[in-house]
Amino acid sequence: MLDRALKGSSRYWGWLIFLLILMGIGFVLWLYQFKVGLKITGMSRDVSWGFYIAQFTYLVGVAASGVMVVLPYYLHDYKKFGRLTVLGEFMAIAAVLMCLLFIMVDLGRLPRLVNVIMYPHPRSILFWDMIVLNGYLLLNILVGWNALAAERKGVHYRTWVKVLAYISIPWAFSIHTVTAFLYAGLPGRHFWLTAIMAPRFLASAFCSGPAILLLICFIIRKLTKFDPGKEQMRTLGGIIAYAFILNIFFFLMELFTSFYSQIPAHMDSLVYLFRGLDGYGRLAPWMWTFVFFSVVALVMLIVPYTRRKEDTLAVAAACVVIATWIDKGLGLIIGGFVPNPFEKVFEYWPTVPEVMISVGVWATGFFVLTVLFKIAISIKEEVAA
Amino acid sequence: MMGISRRGFLKVAGLSALMAALGKSGFELLRPGQVEASIPVTKGKRWAMAIDMRKVTPEIIEECKKSCHHYHNVPEFDNPKVEIKWIWGEEFEHAFPDQQHEYVSDLIKSLEFPLLCNHCSNPPCCRVCPTGATWQREDGIVMMDWHRCIGCRFCMAGCPYGSRSFNWGDPRKAPKELNPGFPTNPEFPTREVGVVEKCTFCNERIAKGQLPVCVEKANEMKKDSFIFGDLADPDSDIRKALRKHYSIRRKTELGTHPNIYYIIA
Amino acid sequence: MYDGGKIIVGLIIGIGLLLSPFFYNAGKALKPPEPELTPKAKEAKVCVASKEYMTNNHMHLLDEWRQTVVRNAERYYESADGKVYYKSLQVTCLDCHSNKTKFCDQCHNYIGMDPYCWDCHLEPKENK
Repeated sequence: MLDRALKGSSRYWGWLIFLLILMGIGFVLWLYQFKVGLKITGMSRDVSWGFYIAQFTYLVGVAASGVMVVLPYYLHDYKKFGRLTVLGEFMAIAAVLMCLLFIMVDLGRLPRLVNVIMYPHPRSILFWDMIVLNGYLLLNILVGWNALAAERKGVHYRTWVKVLAYISIPWAFSIHTVTAFLYAGLPGRHFWLTAIMAPRFLASAFCSGPAILLLICFIIRKLTKFDPGKEQMRTLGGIIAYAFILNIFFFLMELFTSFYSQIPAHMDSLVYLFRGLDGYGRLAPWMWTFVFFSVVALVMLIVPYTRRKEDTLAVAAACVVIATWIDKGLGLIIGGFVPNPFEKVFEYWPTVPEVMISVGVWATGFFVLTVLFKIAISIKEEVAA
Repeated sequence: MMGISRRGFLKVAGLSALMAALGKSGFELLRPGQVEASIPVTKGKRWAMAIDMRKVTPEIIEECKKSCHHYHNVPEFDNPKVEIKWIWGEEFEHAFPDQQHEYVSDLIKSLEFPLLCNHCSNPPCCRVCPTGATWQREDGIVMMDWHRCIGCRFCMAGCPYGSRSFNWGDPRKAPKELNPGFPTNPEFPTREVGVVEKCTFCNERIAKGQLPVCVEKANEMKKDSFIFGDLADPDSDIRKALRKHYSIRRKTELGTHPNIYYIIA
Repeated sequence: MYDGGKIIVGLIIGIGLLLSPFFYNAGKALKPPEPELTPKAKEAKVCVASKEYMTNNHMHLLDEWRQTVVRNAERYYESADGKVYYKSLQVTCLDCHSNKTKFCDQCHNYIGMDPYCWDCHLEPKENK
């Protein structure tokens, strides 16, 4: 099946080469970071996690969201999603790969990564995150690949594939729950210390991931002979709408608890994010951009006309991606470190090398995604022909 | 035969590992008391420190910091982004932000509090570490294993006291003009780029029956300003001091049970 | 066979690259260096274990030391003849073997080993 990835249009190759260039730039800068240390990033003694871990968090959500096309198909027998399940699973593979890469580029001593396995400490949530992420990667590779192979041969997938698909459903929930626990169990980080962190993570995952998938579906329909299907895409729109409303609802609940209780530690990070604290407010424009796109997305997803019409749905999906990315890929992690344990503000902003390394990781993910989707769609085109 | 055979060595290694797992030193089993008898060893059950704020001055803190960082080869960066701190001074409103109010007494406002790792009895940093590179010893010291740390910085997110520093760059490449003669102590290692570090209660000095560097320095400047001892021993100086005076600890509401006490009155 | 010629040429280049270190070093068999002892080490006569053991297993001993010192706070080592040593590469080993270049590096360079001990542990000041 892999050979399908080797035959493509010049546009296909051009895109891959473009991604390879970005990967190359990122890799060279990473080598530099590996040599001199993480001082080339914007991270500091106070904001000790930054862009990398924030991207990781966002992408765990994208990975988990694969379940939003898998679950209706396998559990509710929503046959129409059969066309999309492989895409959801392959997107999950690319997203988990990016997650693992983001963890790796964030480590101070990458060569010692094996210590996590050599000296396992199950009391650390990071230990469990390693297990669920790698397990999820494996499940999606096995299920996606074998289901696609069966589709190519025109046979029904084997029972064990189906069993693994069933396992992958709760597993998807687990990866984002465990990732939320990384943050939600830390004393003294009040912004993260909230029982609703995992539900919030899942809600934002289940709108952002399907929104990305939906946008990719639009591109696929334009560039290939494979049609993901009008109804399928409309259903995705419905899923995005529900999940995004939930996501915003959970966010408002955070605002209520913090500001009605008036507990300073619970308000400080939010104040910093939206208004600035002690004269520092670098993230405020971003957070208001998040608010703007959230409102636009909410309106467009709730009004039936704009949700059902394809071009407006695409705009709404793009708004969802932007809003959730700012919320989770920027505000959530950085906001948790401001103010610091001494109630002082030390601001963080990613550096150019840091962003370029991140772009390199994203490019790697898109490279894998492109190749996997190319294989899947070539086979789907063949089967349809 | 001189020395030990490989087989014998492995036997010792295996036994030590086994005994460590059972919470007993391998040496004790092999030659009961013999090794310990020949060397000075201080055994504590719960090491802690009481800092008498009536005696501590900013100068004392500055000197403590200097000698601690000098002793442990902690480089100076003069840059809050990458700085490494084992012990340092902080004003009341930053050391005890939850206790701060507008009408805090002038005396308290004028004080500088020496801050260091609290060696918590319930340390979140140890809970979150994925490799056990930071863990709590039986005597309460929250220890660092710089051979094992992978630099994930989860412990820094977990510590509510900002007691942990990361080596964002190679400590040996710290600005030369700020670090004359670095590394300053030939008997202590430096760290390498990419690991987390913090105060280890001078465990290597305690093992020899010496006091932590900061305690020694502070008491040199002002007698009994830093009191170090075993909380498990009711007759220890620290227990006596805590019995007699009113003391506070940082962020007790988080349930970490810090073991650094600040005597106020 | 498709592209048979290309594959064979590629294989030859690949194998050639793989073997290049052998060609590069051909005929240059180097004599293994002998670790030099300082007067202090000579005078002490014995190390913490036999010479044979130390030659072959010093890395295991050091690894064992670093584990037991850091993890179990067992800071003293008793050798077979009953002598007690403070377990420290920097303080104990290098006190006698203060000639790191001649005692450690020569051999390590010869076998292409680059132990990262020295990233943290300080090297002795040598009078070269």
